[in-house]
Amino acid sequence: MSIAYSTSKIYKIINGRLLINHEIVENSYLWYQDGKIIHPQSLFFDHHRDADEIIDAKGLLVVPGFIDTQINGAYGIDFADYEHSVETIQENIDIVAKGLLRYGCTAFCPTVVSSSPEVYEKVLPLLNHRKGSATGGAEILGAHVEGPFISVEKKGAHKQSVFRDAKEGIAAFDSAYGSELLKGSKAVAIMTVAPEIEGVSDAIPDLVQRGITVAIGHSACRIAEAEQAVTNGATSITHLFNAMQAFHHRDPGLIGVLGAADLPLPTTSKGHPKPSLTSPCRHSPDPRPFFGLICDGVHVHPNSIRIAYYSHPSGAVLVTDALSAMGLPEGEYTLGGSELQVDKNGAAYIKGTSTLAGSTVTIDECVRNFQKFTNCTAVEAIEAATLHPAQLLGIEHQKGTLNVGGDADFVFLDDSTGELRVEKVFVAGDEVSF
Amino acid sequence: MRLIIREDYEEVAHYIANYIKERINQFQPSSERPFVLGLPTGSSPIGVYKKLVELYKSGELSFQNVVTFNMDEYVGLPRDHPESYHSFMWKSLFMHVDIVPENVHILDGNAPDLDEECKKFEADIARVGGIELFLGGIGPDGHIAFNEPGSSLTSRTRVKTLAYETIIANARFFDGDISKVPKLALTVGVATVMDAREVVVIITGAHKAIALAKCIEDGVNHMWTVSAIQMHPKGLIVCDEDATLELHVKTVKYFKSIEHVHHSLIGAENLSLQGGVKQLRSPVSNDRPQTPFE
Repeated sequence: MSIAYSTSKIYKIINGRLLINHEIVENSYLWYQDGKIIHPQSLFFDHHRDADEIIDAKGLLVVPGFIDTQINGAYGIDFADYEHSVETIQENIDIVAKGLLRYGCTAFCPTVVSSSPEVYEKVLPLLNHRKGSATGGAEILGAHVEGPFISVEKKGAHKQSVFRDAKEGIAAFDSAYGSELLKGSKAVAIMTVAPEIEGVSDAIPDLVQRGITVAIGHSACRIAEAEQAVTNGATSITHLFNAMQAFHHRDPGLIGVLGAADLPLPTTSKGHPKPSLTSPCRHSPDPRPFFGLICDGVHVHPNSIRIAYYSHPSGAVLVTDALSAMGLPEGEYTLGGSELQVDKNGAAYIKGTSTLAGSTVTIDECVRNFQKFTNCTAVEAIEAATLHPAQLLGIEHQKGTLNVGGDADFVFLDDSTGELRVEKVFVAGDEVSF
Repeated sequence: MRLIIREDYEEVAHYIANYIKERINQFQPSSERPFVLGLPTGSSPIGVYKKLVELYKSGELSFQNVVTFNMDEYVGLPRDHPESYHSFMWKSLFMHVDIVPENVHILDGNAPDLDEECKKFEADIARVGGIELFLGGIGPDGHIAFNEPGSSLTSRTRVKTLAYETIIANARFFDGDISKVPKLALTVGVATVMDAREVVVIITGAHKAIALAKCIEDGVNHMWTVSAIQMHPKGLIVCDEDATLELHVKTVKYFKSIEHVHHSLIGAENLSLQGGVKQLRSPVSNDRPQTPFE
């Protein structure tokens, strides 16, 4: 049976080494039309159509575009900024969305640190899900709201005065974030909470029901509280190792969730890591959550990255947690009201302290570092920045994949030097010009 | 009939791909006068297609003015099923090269009227002026296309029920489950293939040795349908050493020696052997000759 195809231009990428089904495949081609990846066999036999334009990848790796699920801003722009006018904020968001493309990032979750309800009311509507384009910038997948339901003890650079508890259950969240929270994942894709805060853990199922991905972070919780939160529906850990209890062998804390053996097995695979050799059950989706890793070499020691990865390889998600100073030279900047200092390693500290506030690393640098730290294959490193974040958000059929039906967001990588370097970026099938 | 014997499957595939390339290039096809090629499926031609793709990618061969007709297709299998012959040809050849989609003809196993489809196929072949070169393989039972033992040697494109042996052989592509293999197929007839101006058959492997022996050393017989090639003015069989295991030593030595003489006297580049012996040259050496296009 033949399917109706549109008459728009068909593109064919030749001489590329494609990342398909966890492997690098040669002598294969990538076909796309109308910004989606297609299977051209029916087109050829039923509609006598061949490629209208051939793109020569000249032997480069062709992989899905990178997805960054935690980024606070860049180029001097902060997503939690609410002082400017709506028009200016919108322009700033566009600047970041366009700027991220050069690092191979074709989709991201703009992250808003703990703020007061007025800030969310103003800023969240501008961070709703928005399709990407080569001229308009990377796709916005919805906001990542980090706090204010987090722990004072593990606040990092967040402003403590806006922290609160959830005694009133889901109503507390609605009052903290405003009406946008009712839109669910279209407005808020990810929410980071600390489960030991009163009322938070019990409210997780209500948040999950709205389609929001619940992540545990900035928390001083013990292992039992953490596992309970996962049982209640949390599917991610925010920047593992940072802003949580240090690992102790008799009290492993939030980090210890990676070693959980008897969490209830998920009933669906959506939103959960695929089974790996270290999964509790090799045939079902992994009940352990995904976990974000900041691979700037500063936030987490390379050895720690390695330990975490190999204990739960299918759950690793690379994030930048970059803040407004990303893309700018070293110096002093502000984030969410705090004053920061960026040193020559790109690490951002609260001015005058040794408390990390965020990074200035880019997602492609994260992929390179991750591969170096863990000695994993290029495929594994790339999947940690593409497939896994897509699986976390339940969108792995559109993003993070080169399978038929996926969005035509992809990146040409040069691996000839042993490191993965971004050469070309395509959003919805159009090449981005830098 | 010519019998070309090469060491192994690699060399056989290499020879045939280069032979086809030379034939197409010497023909100098154009859009008004395209090169009409008949093509098979199965495991035998995979190496040939791979080599043809390489020749296309290196710029030595273009399919712009090549029209193709495939031998067969399963009945009732969806066209985009991974084991359909449409899928096989797409993955093996068409997706890699510059062939024009309208120039590709494969029988439609899902046509509402199968007999009409077969008649239409024959008419399409006639409309382009007949097939210039038909490449085919051979089954262990000596069949060409799906013309199983007992098929009329004058048969044309029609619906055929597959022989049990064929279904077993094909089960490996359907998870080893013979109940999943289609029982019917559309196939070109023996006469359809023999109507081509040249027929090239690839025969490799020890399991084909008996079939090769029956087809060229015994008589023309509907139980070994490839034997019809004995009645063709321009037949070429390319085989590997293993496939010759059931032939008489005399047959093998004969064909090896005439290949040598052919190259010395006529020149290896004279593919069609037309024009006869232009110039008598003394034989160069007793070693197996090197054709210029190998």
